Amino acid sequence: MRIAFASGKGGTGKTTVAVNFAFFLADSRQHVQYLDCDVEEPNGHIFLKPVIDEKFPAKVMIPTIDQSRCINCGECSAHCQFNALVTLPDNVLLFPELCHGCGLCARICPAGAITEGEREIGYIEKGRAVRGIDFVHGILNIGEPMAGPLIQQVKYNYREDYIQIIDAPAGTSCPVVKTIIDADCVVMVTEPTPFALHDLKIAVSVAKNLNKPIGMVINRANGDFKPLTEYLFENNLPILVTIPEDMQVAHEYSEGNLIAERLPFYMDNFLALGENIRNLPGKRT
Amino acid sequence: MTDIKEVVIVSGKGGTGKTSLAGAIVKLIQDKIITDCDVDAANLHIIVGPKDLHAKKEFIGGKKANIDLKRCTHCNICRDVCRYDAISEDYIVDKVLCEGCGACYFICPARAVEFTPQLSGYCNTCTTLDDEIFVYAELLPGEENSGKLVATVRNEARDEAQKAGKRLILIDGPPGIGCPVISSLTGTSLAIIVTEPTPTGAHDLKRIIELSRHFQIKTALVINKSDISPKFTKEMRQYCNDEGIACLGEIPYEIRITEAQKEMKTVLEYAPDCEASRAIKEIYKKLQSIMEEI
Repeated sequence: MRIAFASGKGGTGKTTVAVNFAFFLADSRQHVQYLDCDVEEPNGHIFLKPVIDEKFPAKVMIPTIDQSRCINCGECSAHCQFNALVTLPDNVLLFPELCHGCGLCARICPAGAITEGEREIGYIEKGRAVRGIDFVHGILNIGEPMAGPLIQQVKYNYREDYIQIIDAPAGTSCPVVKTIIDADCVVMVTEPTPFALHDLKIAVSVAKNLNKPIGMVINRANGDFKPLTEYLFENNLPILVTIPEDMQVAHEYSEGNLIAERLPFYMDNFLALGENIRNLPGKRT
Repeated sequence: MTDIKEVVIVSGKGGTGKTSLAGAIVKLIQDKIITDCDVDAANLHIIVGPKDLHAKKEFIGGKKANIDLKRCTHCNICRDVCRYDAISEDYIVDKVLCEGCGACYFICPARAVEFTPQLSGYCNTCTTLDDEIFVYAELLPGEENSGKLVATVRNEARDEAQKAGKRLILIDGPPGIGCPVISSLTGTSLAIIVTEPTPTGAHDLKRIIELSRHFQIKTALVINKSDISPKFTKEMRQYCNDEGIACLGEIPYEIRITEAQKEMKTVLEYAPDCEASRAIKEIYKKLQSIMEEI
């Protein structure tokens, strides 16, 4: 089973819930894999403390232009949809960060001046974390705009016989789509505030467009926030578990600790989360 | 042409308080254009209150392929050239997977592929309750090209600044360090980084500082919720000192910031005398002196 944790707004507790749930599952002797797809700002390792035993670069395809064969016809730059190529009077200029690696330029160059090479956009680390959790994360190079291909490469490391916990990036755009697209269900972690609710609504429509079963975790719950309760009710979004606002949780978080480990009474919350995910309507198992 | 300065608020980690601070700064700084460049999860409008919408411009992010099955000869060439596995065995293009590269469109020998521009979102220009100009965007759920939409918002804001003779654009930025952040950061005069004293905050802070340095952007730091970990706050202060980054100030954890948000207000309006509000006013004073240098 593959469970993605998303939110829309950043800082609502995606990583906190994902790592603690992974810990809970591993602690109940299940095979668990945690994949951090928030490649811009991966944080899961801070809590799961993996011993990294494999590290490899993540690469994307990019054109290599043989300027001696280039006839400056301008075909490549005219066809490139991402403005990654510019034809100048005496050569062709490549902007690697804009390239999506589609390979079109190499195919259509009439002079055969373009071949394809590789460019590094970040790296992937794998290892073993607390309670034997299989750990994978991707780290995007600083200054690199494109998170999508790295997210995909993190997911090449799926272990099929494991429960896969996927930590998604914040937001509601393409990196989130790339992260949740192959998940069996999406757990939305939110908090009872207007900002979080606004972004949650967009994130829910992303997941709905992809036909994903959705369950909710209300984090830092502190009395009733009517607009959220009403929205969840009207849209038939089940609450999987509620985690109260608790200074002890905030404290353990600020020390980089797992709350499920330090505050054992929270294990029941993650037990309920697991049960309720299993019973989510519409989910493939 | 007047010299327009752009000041952007970023954070790396999400949820550190960018927008709450931006909303408060909006109330303090005079004579500016306000923009929200967190285009896929915009929130500033919730507390600054858009009043009259002046313009809602369609944003065309890119094109997507569609195969005309009547013309398709099932030769499979499009499926061979597509690097994104976006074309199914029965030649249906998955709009989510299609990156809009056009490879199938240009290669198809039967000319069966249509390649049409897609509406990806909107760029809105409006006035706030305080009669200031505010530019923000709405990226449609799950869309690409958020960086391009950020660039559209910034261009629109610069046009508005020119028209109104304003010298300052205040930008509420997105979290992370990828495409939309780079697009929000490049060419600005100052980046205010809002962080929190937690291990995740500290981890992400280093990456956003490196990113700002990569693009040679002057940065200043605000530590929010500073009293939740005196240890990390001290380390962050030290780190910035070592790196030559100005610390604008610290805001203690304040439940009234969240309460204010629920009332669709900034903390300055909701609880003007609380410690957080006082801290924000101090931050503003320091910001003013830094702005004179940029």
